[in-house]
Amino acid sequence: MQLLEYALVNGILFGLFYGFIGIGLNLLFGVMRLVNLAHGDFVVFGGYLAYSLVTVFHVGSLWAIPLSIPLALLLGFVLYQVTVPRLKRSPDTETASLIAFFGVSQVLQAVATMIYGANQITLPSLGGPISIFGQSYPSSVVISASLSVPALGVLYLYLYRTRLGLATRAVMADEQEAIASGVRVRLVATSAFMIGIAFAAAAGTLSVFMLGGINPTSGSALTVTAFTVIIIGSLGNPLGTIVGGLLVGLASSLTQAYATEWTGMIPYALLLAVVLLRPSGLFGRKVRSV
Amino acid sequence: MSKNPLSSPAPRGGLDAKSREARGARAAPTRIWGLPVRWGRWARRIVPVVVTPVVLGFAPHIYDNLAFLTTMIVYVVLAEGVNLLYGFTGYLPFGYVGFFGAGAYGAALSLTYWHVPGIAALLIGGLAAALIGLVLSPLLRLSGAYFALATLAASQVLYYIIANEPWTFGETGTSLPEVFSPNQIYLIALAIMTIAIALTVFVKESRFGLSLRAIRSDPVSASMAGINVVRTRSVAWFISAALAGLAGAIWAIMTAAFYAESPFALTISVYAIVFALFGGVRTVLGPVVGAVVLYSLYQYIGISNPQYFELVYGVLIVALILFLPGGLSSLVGHPGNRPKWWKSITPRASLAPVASTPAVLTPARETDQDPSGGISRRDGTKDDDAS
Repeated sequence: MQLLEYALVNGILFGLFYGFIGIGLNLLFGVMRLVNLAHGDFVVFGGYLAYSLVTVFHVGSLWAIPLSIPLALLLGFVLYQVTVPRLKRSPDTETASLIAFFGVSQVLQAVATMIYGANQITLPSLGGPISIFGQSYPSSVVISASLSVPALGVLYLYLYRTRLGLATRAVMADEQEAIASGVRVRLVATSAFMIGIAFAAAAGTLSVFMLGGINPTSGSALTVTAFTVIIIGSLGNPLGTIVGGLLVGLASSLTQAYATEWTGMIPYALLLAVVLLRPSGLFGRKVRSV
Repeated sequence: MSKNPLSSPAPRGGLDAKSREARGARAAPTRIWGLPVRWGRWARRIVPVVVTPVVLGFAPHIYDNLAFLTTMIVYVVLAEGVNLLYGFTGYLPFGYVGFFGAGAYGAALSLTYWHVPGIAALLIGGLAAALIGLVLSPLLRLSGAYFALATLAASQVLYYIIANEPWTFGETGTSLPEVFSPNQIYLIALAIMTIAIALTVFVKESRFGLSLRAIRSDPVSASMAGINVVRTRSVAWFISAALAGLAGAIWAIMTAAFYAESPFALTISVYAIVFALFGGVRTVLGPVVGAVVLYSLYQYIGISNPQYFELVYGVLIVALILFLPGGLSSLVGHPGNRPKWWKSITPRASLAPVASTPAVLTPARETDQDPSGGISRRDGTKDDDAS
């Protein structure tokens, strides 16, 4: 019983974090149908950025989050200008972007290995254990997970309370119609791309705490998890992303508690099940013509 | 690119005068050798199937490292398999390694439990992959990124099953008897490669391949034209799966002792995809060239300095997709498919066996067939399907 309780709480904590990773990807995939296969590597990039800030400039671990965001926005802007216009011209944007971003992911992993080495890096812990329902959890995990809630709130405000967010949702729904209605798609796409990368980098600092440390190849598994989360939670739906994150987190945590050797398979199996049984996700209003 | 009507073989008869003229111009390079067009066609069909195995058959006399050469041939087979599926149907099998692993374990387990002869183990490997293909055929309902990600997920699920079940030796490692000598293994790999190339030639030149390309550009129109979309696609899927299975089986027989990680490493499908793209999909020899060039590069820098290779590799992938989506072969192929930047740095004369009539052909190509000059969706115009 205690094991179950621990697994549930742990699953919710990780679910919030997976939701955080998912929302950045959701913006990129939802707005431009860009398959950012480097998403997990951008998360890890954020983690390494935080590590550099902490070890070189001795800032507090959590201060690394706001500091890494401008850098990530800049990176997102440059990457957008270099890649996206050409990808959009390709006859099959989805597949072309999938391969191109896989290349980006390889570059990021190689650069991380060259600078930081292949070994795992960690950040100093955020304090002693915190007790929830009589069981103790590392405070780094609890704080990181709870930071995902305001992050999701920010995205919600952006999408539903700003004009640009309204335009973003219009493009998500139908790009051609949005163009016809005078939405400045290029602006929407650029900002969505930049914000997506910034969310990934911000989640990166937390990923060091959640995963207990990162290495250059940690990103690949995060990418798959993020795709599972957004496909379960439906594209372009931030609330769905949270639910998707929680489902994946709980499933992983329960598997870890009761059938450890199958834990790694859970994101893949869930992804397979969702795309086959309900490709529009749990909250999709209409079935996406896949 | 793919939708270029000039790049597809002409239907028997029924060409109007204008397109016959265009095809005459297209077929001109085969006439440089003074051969009639029909002969050129047969040369195009037979030469790759004969010359490639002969050239690679002599390779051990030049570079005496059979393990490397055999692995290279295995990658040639995988690249051709990706070419068959991705090039001709547009489905990107990101989890292609799943078939490779299925083939490897099909061969390994049949050798371990049933002590079958080597050739039978190979066939069982191919069959096992085709069976996995049958199980996974519902994935063909998906398209684009969903299909790519779903095959990736499927290959990883298969990996976890094999790694966690005790009877597969996924975790403890296989130890296979030596059924073939290294030379025999090389020859068998060459034979599998010849089959793969022959299949590609068949798909490229036959009515079946034409149906695949029709489905690729527009499934609805294709089905209205009387093509059985589901069956045609599935056949390509099974052929591709079986090829990967054969490649996996010969790899397993060569390696003899391995854990589940090795034949299920995601890098295998990624390499196969990039090799195929680098040489050029929808061509017969493109994937062969891509695999030979890039795998040799891997042999020279990848093994000693993996991260440098990874960097080169990543940059190469991005550059390929952005600047050379048709691969190396698009540099020398049909002028309409060549990238704009390449045309601007190569002398005009080199692309013109049709130099006598440039005024007729060039403007039409520039506006209609140039893939990079097409109308982008961003302008709010619908994609012109003809280009």
